[in-house]
Amino acid sequence: MSTPAVASAGSQARLHPLPLRIMHWINAVAIFIMIGSGWKIYNDDVIFGFLHFPDWIVIGKWAQYGLQWHFFGMWIFVLNGLAYIAYGIASGRFRRKLFPISMRELFVTIGEALRFRLRHDDLTHYNAVQKVLYLGVMLVGVLIVISGLALWKPIQFSELAGLFGSFQTIRLVHFLCMSAIVAFILVHVMLALLVPQSLVAMVTGGPVVDDGKRHAAALPEIEATP
Amino acid sequence: MPIRFSTPPIFRSHKRVGRNAPTKARPPVDDINRRGLIRGAASLGALGLLTGCDVSENDGVQKVLRTVSAWNDGVQATIFRPNHLAPTFSPTQVVKPPRFNAYYDIEDVKPVDGATWTLELVGRIGDKRPWTAQQIYQLPEQELIIRHICVEGWDYIGQWSGPNLRDFLKRVGADLTAKYVYFICADDYTESIDMACALHPQTILATKYAGDTITDPFGYPLRLRTSTKLGYKNAKWVKAIEVTNDFRETFWSKQGFNWFAGI
Repeated sequence: MSTPAVASAGSQARLHPLPLRIMHWINAVAIFIMIGSGWKIYNDDVIFGFLHFPDWIVIGKWAQYGLQWHFFGMWIFVLNGLAYIAYGIASGRFRRKLFPISMRELFVTIGEALRFRLRHDDLTHYNAVQKVLYLGVMLVGVLIVISGLALWKPIQFSELAGLFGSFQTIRLVHFLCMSAIVAFILVHVMLALLVPQSLVAMVTGGPVVDDGKRHAAALPEIEATP
Repeated sequence: MPIRFSTPPIFRSHKRVGRNAPTKARPPVDDINRRGLIRGAASLGALGLLTGCDVSENDGVQKVLRTVSAWNDGVQATIFRPNHLAPTFSPTQVVKPPRFNAYYDIEDVKPVDGATWTLELVGRIGDKRPWTAQQIYQLPEQELIIRHICVEGWDYIGQWSGPNLRDFLKRVGADLTAKYVYFICADDYTESIDMACALHPQTILATKYAGDTITDPFGYPLRLRTSTKLGYKNAKWVKAIEVTNDFRETFWSKQGFNWFAGI
């Protein structure tokens, strides 16, 4: 009796629902602005003497432009990020896609990846490495916002800033979070290009998935109903 | 005037400015001003590759970015905690001398003659009689050992003392409900702060550093020092204070830096 309802609801769902795709691409733009302008700001007082970001790669020719972009982009990044997290939790997507994470599968997948035997024929299922990376980059995203707040307002939020130690430690944490996100993006974009259908799926929505299946499996009496 | 490119090449060796050599330090926002002079010759930003110039300079883009910056001023005023004190430090942590910062090099500082200098008072102030350095230096002093944070990212701990600004404004009968306090400086620099910052317990008119009269490069005879703003808001060589409700752009805000600049 309830089978048709579950099936029809499931049959309309795509791998990446529209709101998720919109948020993904807004995030891509926001991250681009934040990293490019952040590199400009970094250049004015470098943390590592050997590292300056070349002019052609930063956003903003002068410091004030870098700052303007950073404090503009932060609103997009934070508001979109909050919407994404709220959506991921409320829709159950995080629970379905990112959990459970099997340690055994994690090591097996890493081994396969290192031997270039990683298969990615099922877009709808994330392997353990993907789960860890997606979850990890989200946590880094939260930390980069928290450290950013502490950098912006070390006095108004002195309680928060105090957790990091010195002002320069906050800068370092903020920088390392950026580095982790850049590393993620490199892998993420490379794999998306190696498996083009995954990139297409983030535009078109990808294959139709029946998320109702899991619910049905959890309710054997529905399976039994003809 | 030496022409310096805004960003040195990647992976070059970089001599980091030592904390104990502050007088050798580069002025913080000095570069930007010079970059203004070599605009067009400078390299392109990432977005610039698409348009042939830095898209940030586009009037429409600047309008959007400056509107957001003004919105951020309001956000910062809203989250400002009027009586929340910045952390203070011990005298052993103080960097001596303080780190120099201005829109020009330390060699170009034009000393102010303390004997003839007066502090002019302008605007919504009851008693506008000017103050001599001697009169100011006789006022009760407050000492602050606080962190100076530059918009560039560096910081140091300094030990400043001088009359509390709130007490001074009360003494001269200033309108404490006015919106802004402006500082006009001997070097044509201008800065202004919101009244909430002016009335904050850790905002002073500094006359001393580490117990001694401040020296020429750091604002002799009088400068602003507040714990709740970025470095560039702390006007040096102050020659006039104006209390007003009119917002006017200041030296750096004209060039696109955030006006509120709260920390």
